[in-house]
Amino acid sequence: MSKRVLTGRHFMMGDVACAEGALAAGCTFFAGYPITPSTEIAERLARRLPEVGGHYIQMEDELASMAAIIGASWAGAKAMTATSGPGFSLMMENIGLAVMMETPCVVVDIQRGSPSTGLPTLTGQSDVMQAKWGSHGDYEIIAYAPASCQEMFDLTIRAFNMAERFRNPVLIMADEVVGHMTERVVIPPEEAIERWERPRPMVPPGEHFLPFAAGEDLVPPMPRAGEGYRIYVESLTHDERGYPVMSPEVHDRLVRRLNEKIRRAYDQIIDYELSEVEDAEIIVISYGSTARSARQAARIARKEGMRVGTLRLITLWPFPGRVVEELSARIRAFVVAELNLGQMAREVERFTDRPVFRANHAGGMMMPPELILASIEEAYRDAKGSRRQYASIR
Amino acid sequence: MPKEAVVSTHPLDEVLRTDRLPHIWCPGCGLGTVMGAFARAMLASGIPLDQHVVVSGIGCTGRVPGYLKVDGFHTTHGRAIPFATGLVIANPELKVTVFSGDGDLVAIGGNHLIHAARRNIDLNVICVNNFNYGMTGGQLGPTTPKGAITTTSPYGFPEDPFNLPHLLASLGAVFVARWTTLHVRQLEETMIRAFHKRGFRFIEVLAPCPVGFGRPNDMGEGLDEMWFYRRQADYDPQAALEMLEVSMHKDSKVICGVFVDTERPTYMDNYHKYVLSKVMGGKSGAA
Amino acid sequence: MRREVRISGFGGQGIILAGYILGKAAAVYDNKEATLVQSYGPEARGGAASAEVVIDEEPVDYPHIEAADILVLMSAEAYRTYGKSLRPGGTLIVEEDLVPLEEGQKAIKVPATRLAEELGRRIVANIVMLGALVAATGIVSKEAIVESVRTSVPPRTVDLNLRALERGYEYVKEKVRVL
Repeated sequence: MSKRVLTGRHFMMGDVACAEGALAAGCTFFAGYPITPSTEIAERLARRLPEVGGHYIQMEDELASMAAIIGASWAGAKAMTATSGPGFSLMMENIGLAVMMETPCVVVDIQRGSPSTGLPTLTGQSDVMQAKWGSHGDYEIIAYAPASCQEMFDLTIRAFNMAERFRNPVLIMADEVVGHMTERVVIPPEEAIERWERPRPMVPPGEHFLPFAAGEDLVPPMPRAGEGYRIYVESLTHDERGYPVMSPEVHDRLVRRLNEKIRRAYDQIIDYELSEVEDAEIIVISYGSTARSARQAARIARKEGMRVGTLRLITLWPFPGRVVEELSARIRAFVVAELNLGQMAREVERFTDRPVFRANHAGGMMMPPELILASIEEAYRDAKGSRRQYASIR
Repeated sequence: MPKEAVVSTHPLDEVLRTDRLPHIWCPGCGLGTVMGAFARAMLASGIPLDQHVVVSGIGCTGRVPGYLKVDGFHTTHGRAIPFATGLVIANPELKVTVFSGDGDLVAIGGNHLIHAARRNIDLNVICVNNFNYGMTGGQLGPTTPKGAITTTSPYGFPEDPFNLPHLLASLGAVFVARWTTLHVRQLEETMIRAFHKRGFRFIEVLAPCPVGFGRPNDMGEGLDEMWFYRRQADYDPQAALEMLEVSMHKDSKVICGVFVDTERPTYMDNYHKYVLSKVMGGKSGAA
Repeated sequence: MRREVRISGFGGQGIILAGYILGKAAAVYDNKEATLVQSYGPEARGGAASAEVVIDEEPVDYPHIEAADILVLMSAEAYRTYGKSLRPGGTLIVEEDLVPLEEGQKAIKVPATRLAEELGRRIVANIVMLGALVAATGIVSKEAIVESVRTSVPPRTVDLNLRALERGYEYVKEKVRVL
């Protein structure tokens, strides 16, 4: 059996499944700084990466970890780091660098109770807006929210593939419940695992080559350091040669392309799961471990005679706004359930004219299904009336 | 009257991005001199140019890789060393030089500097020390001499600066040197020596910043600072490391030389010995 | 049918491993659905440890439990914390020598640590308890729990652990009148 892909049926912790997903995707480099509740990912890869000829290094902090994976990616590695809120904040600086340098890499955030040191060992989902807006500037990011240990494996592979395809950092926005829970994880045979590689230059080194000139898909081909292309890669605004240019026109063109290459690929990137929406009057939108509570709440609501469906966001960013738009036409209201005080609910509101009710808790425990049920009942009662902004925290 | 000599080529054309010249540095700045020495050292090193990679952070010195026709990365402020760490671990065949300024490497990047030196990462670090943050208009930094005037120390810098060779030697860097931009040949030879060593190498180059540091501190123009180096520089590779602080007083010495030239296992040597040897095959390289 | 199991004791007793082996037996070898979540005190050793295992034929959405169908307690502190959290009609299994039961409380009493010491290693008390749990409740098949132990403990210790499992299983089958 291949050491890289542990084909078989396992009972595996989410964090471990994430590490195994990275290996299955072809990850060869991990730089990180241990932080609860992501530490098991680092521990697993510290043991496993050397076994498959890869490299694990524990850096001095998360600033360094993020910088190191970008450097490793430019040497040709598939590179990853993993962290939680406080470390995620430090990584913001160089997530922006990865966007600007168009560097494939994967960042895993196992969210915990926040702000600040918050609740290190307990769950939360309050980094999801930071995931989109945390680094300065206009940029698009790709972020997935796994809701099971199997998805910790599957979506980590997808994150690597998307990172390579679009030359962009891709985030796994998991939460402590999913990270620390143990469930069955089925790892397919190595040949059944799809691995995408970054676009590569079509001309040999030495010939005329514009490293940041992109074709139709707006993703330029990516050479490696040391191949002979003599590239210059900039954190400053740069033109197609990679040269810094202090011009509003070049800046606008570059920033628009960096955003547009992700927006244009919406259909390839977006993933979600709908359940029982055909006759639904209320749809509960949720993601990560909260989606498990939402499923349970919806089941109970159905038993009580309420027509409730669920939309589970698998892709958080770019936000799957179109599905919200489509669903709006045939329902009375949405309930957005999340372990924060209403972050993605704002995003939902941008895509619907229906009332958006909220089931929120600041974190520290998995979302209780009863709390979602209460918001469903409230939505059922009040959806015809005025738009209620906040469901109370019970 | 001598005839004007017009040449269409320059010996460094092969290693300079001539389409990016002229550079942005001020008249009298030492950076062109350091970059020239580095470019000649690369050519003289015998190492294929395709193997060279230059990584920098933010600041005037951070612009160096943009003018060199080898693979170059201009990263974020302070993060050149961890970026380069990832690069050289993922492909240990690369000859990676980190080219950055005192503020970038020692202030905001100080934590990375000390850890990379401790790990003995295979990096060649060239730190151009001009005693201030030049690009942003002359603010104080961690190498600003005590008492010096900068825009953020208008009454005189009240702190003690770093003595960089002493610091780096204490961290276990295998090669520690200091020159000034006056010592062009010595600097070039030292760079060539550093290219042929493995592990964490550190070359401090004292350079004039007439606009940011020279003028407010009565050093005069760039050329005047070169005269200062001429008068005050001493070659003393045996000097006690704790004596290497630079005060830039008109009668204080600037001690130059190669202070440390030793060997110890590099990060990758140790990774092979302690990690890879215990798992299958012991293959290396992440890429 | 959803069945909720809590195994609790102090750190170092192998509580989480016992929960892992039980969940794995169900999810991997019995083809059921199972989740395991765990909690510890802040202490690295000696604090409270608790494993929550949910086993069902349907996918398990909510992995936490409030009142257990099966409660396995291996310390006095665990008994103080969770002793009252058994669902009516549920099964309580306790480490006989470590848990001082309140008068009148019905439980299956297993001297797991003593039985483990008889096998030569006190650290397999958790596996003795697992054997007892399976014998008393049938929540997973005997074959599944054997396979799960075999694939979850260090290779050198497989024989010892399988003997411990068997010892706990037999103890309940022979000595205890299941309530």
